[in-house]
Amino acid sequence: MALLELKNITRRFGDLEAVKDVTLSIDAGEFFTLLGPSGCGKTTILRMIAGFDAPDEGDILLDGRSLAGVPPEKRPLHTVFQSYALFPHMTVAGNVAFPLEMAGRSREEIRRRVDETLALVHLTDKASQFPHELSGGQKQRVALARGLVNKPHLLLLDEPLGALDAKLRVEMQVELIALQREVGITFVFVTHSQQEALALSHRIGVMRNGCIEQCDEPDKLYTNPANRFVADFIGRINLLEVEVAASGKVLLKLNAEGLGEIAATDPRPIRVGERGAFALRPELIRVFGHKESADLRNRFEGRVKELLYLGDVTLYKVELANGFIIEALMPNAASGRAKFHEVGDPVAVCWRQDAGVYLRN
Amino acid sequence: MSDVRAQPADLTKWVVTLPPTAFLLFFFLAPALIVVVASFREPGEFGGLAPWPALSLDAFGFLSSDVIYLEIFVRSFFVALLTTLTCIVLAYPLAWLIARSPAKRRDLLVLLVILPFASNFLVRIYAWIMLLGPVGLLYTPFAVIIGMVYVHLPFMILPLYTNLEKHDPALLEAAQDLGANAWTSFWRVTFPLSLPGVFSGSALVFIPVLGMFAVPELLGGTGDILIGNLIKAQFLEDRDWPLGSALSIMLTLAVLALAGAMAWAARRGLHGTEAVT
Repeated sequence: MALLELKNITRRFGDLEAVKDVTLSIDAGEFFTLLGPSGCGKTTILRMIAGFDAPDEGDILLDGRSLAGVPPEKRPLHTVFQSYALFPHMTVAGNVAFPLEMAGRSREEIRRRVDETLALVHLTDKASQFPHELSGGQKQRVALARGLVNKPHLLLLDEPLGALDAKLRVEMQVELIALQREVGITFVFVTHSQQEALALSHRIGVMRNGCIEQCDEPDKLYTNPANRFVADFIGRINLLEVEVAASGKVLLKLNAEGLGEIAATDPRPIRVGERGAFALRPELIRVFGHKESADLRNRFEGRVKELLYLGDVTLYKVELANGFIIEALMPNAASGRAKFHEVGDPVAVCWRQDAGVYLRN
Repeated sequence: MSDVRAQPADLTKWVVTLPPTAFLLFFFLAPALIVVVASFREPGEFGGLAPWPALSLDAFGFLSSDVIYLEIFVRSFFVALLTTLTCIVLAYPLAWLIARSPAKRRDLLVLLVILPFASNFLVRIYAWIMLLGPVGLLYTPFAVIIGMVYVHLPFMILPLYTNLEKHDPALLEAAQDLGANAWTSFWRVTFPLSLPGVFSGSALVFIPVLGMFAVPELLGGTGDILIGNLIKAQFLEDRDWPLGSALSIMLTLAVLALAGAMAWAARRGLHGTEAVT
């Protein structure tokens, strides 16, 4: 049975529906992420789970019991706040001991658990320091330790890495994954960073305007986005406007205006003449000289408009015959890639039949 | 200093600090020294000071001569303490409410707190005479405390409000999230973090109350005189300037010792709170 269930949750602020009829089920031990741009309602959902806000409609169940009317201090879950919200007048050990004291644990147990948890986040030597004496990453780890020490059923994390610089973020991401695996506590993580969501989560719920647009595992979200928003929000993608020309059992023929026919695969029964978008990841496109492999399918000629050398890869922006600028990402280390294309070079782009996804409007 | 820019900066520093320094030298340090010197001289026959070079330690004899002086000192400290505690209890909820009200309303509420200053202090004390007289409380120790609290309450509210207003609301949410009810989060989070405000408010109330003579004179009975009244009487009625000066010096020393002790205690006990204040 699911650990946490949101059943048809709606939350309104005046005329604004911040959360619209959201239904969600999170399993025990899962690292679940709510991902979306700011204002999409993800933090509102987190605050409703924590008990700082209540849904206007719907119900939240934890371990099968409704949380309606249960104040935050009585909910068996803790939150790691974006600002950390460490108590500035308490030492690191004092902060971590706080939830144990509130739960009425014995002095002996408090000391033992604080020691264990500080060791877990590598802060044993900082136990008697005050928050203002710590670096951002250390504060972050104190906040995590404080949230984990009393072994809550659920740990809510509200953009906890947002205040860290890029390098530290990646380090903390690695630590977070290891930590979650080690303690086995269910994490509900909120972020606007798709990279963070992809790297950390078992499952991601992509949100927009108060709705969950798609909820799936990171690789499925990435390779099989449900709609244009998800496709565009997660990673880099090319979205071509197309019309369905022919639909078979597996094969799908799409017509892109001014470009020609694109062959794709799609098992769904799709009506001929329907309009939609063809979504294609840049790393699945190959770029080569315009005279090569003229007989390939899904091969289109164009001209390099811009290129960005990114070290491990090069990003090509290729203008196609219909004016569409397609992005292609080529690994620089690939064999036979000794020669780079230059801006203005006539080139051809090509992709496998199963590389892209057809998105219905 | 090797820095060439230090020169003009030093000059500017002198020009800017000279006027206040001169002011303090003439109007604070000089009178204070005069009081110190006066305390070692003899009283004149008809008031004032006896001609030079009559010097003595007689004025400080009050410390041993009469137990009444010690009694007045102790009573004054007790009144100041009671006033301060009452002010804390009354001002805390008020300051908290102002700090928690919408930003727009806050300025208005702060204005209301300082509004009484717009009218004369003595006029406001006379108003209390009219209020306390009919209910039979006038000229009692109770009236003195009421008057003292009334006069000094804004000096407690303002530093407390300034402190509470800066508290991060996320800290209270964190406390609640980690299992603390409203009462516990107040005592474990809000109150300890507000201690710097409590301390500065207490200093602003305690010290002036010790020297205050108008309130006990107007609202108190004959048994309610405090150090302030005693000092004033030495200069204006008993014409014993050296004794008045000696009493002033003792009061100043006592206040300095107390303030020093409080600052020391605050630094030791409030480690960490500087992060929010």
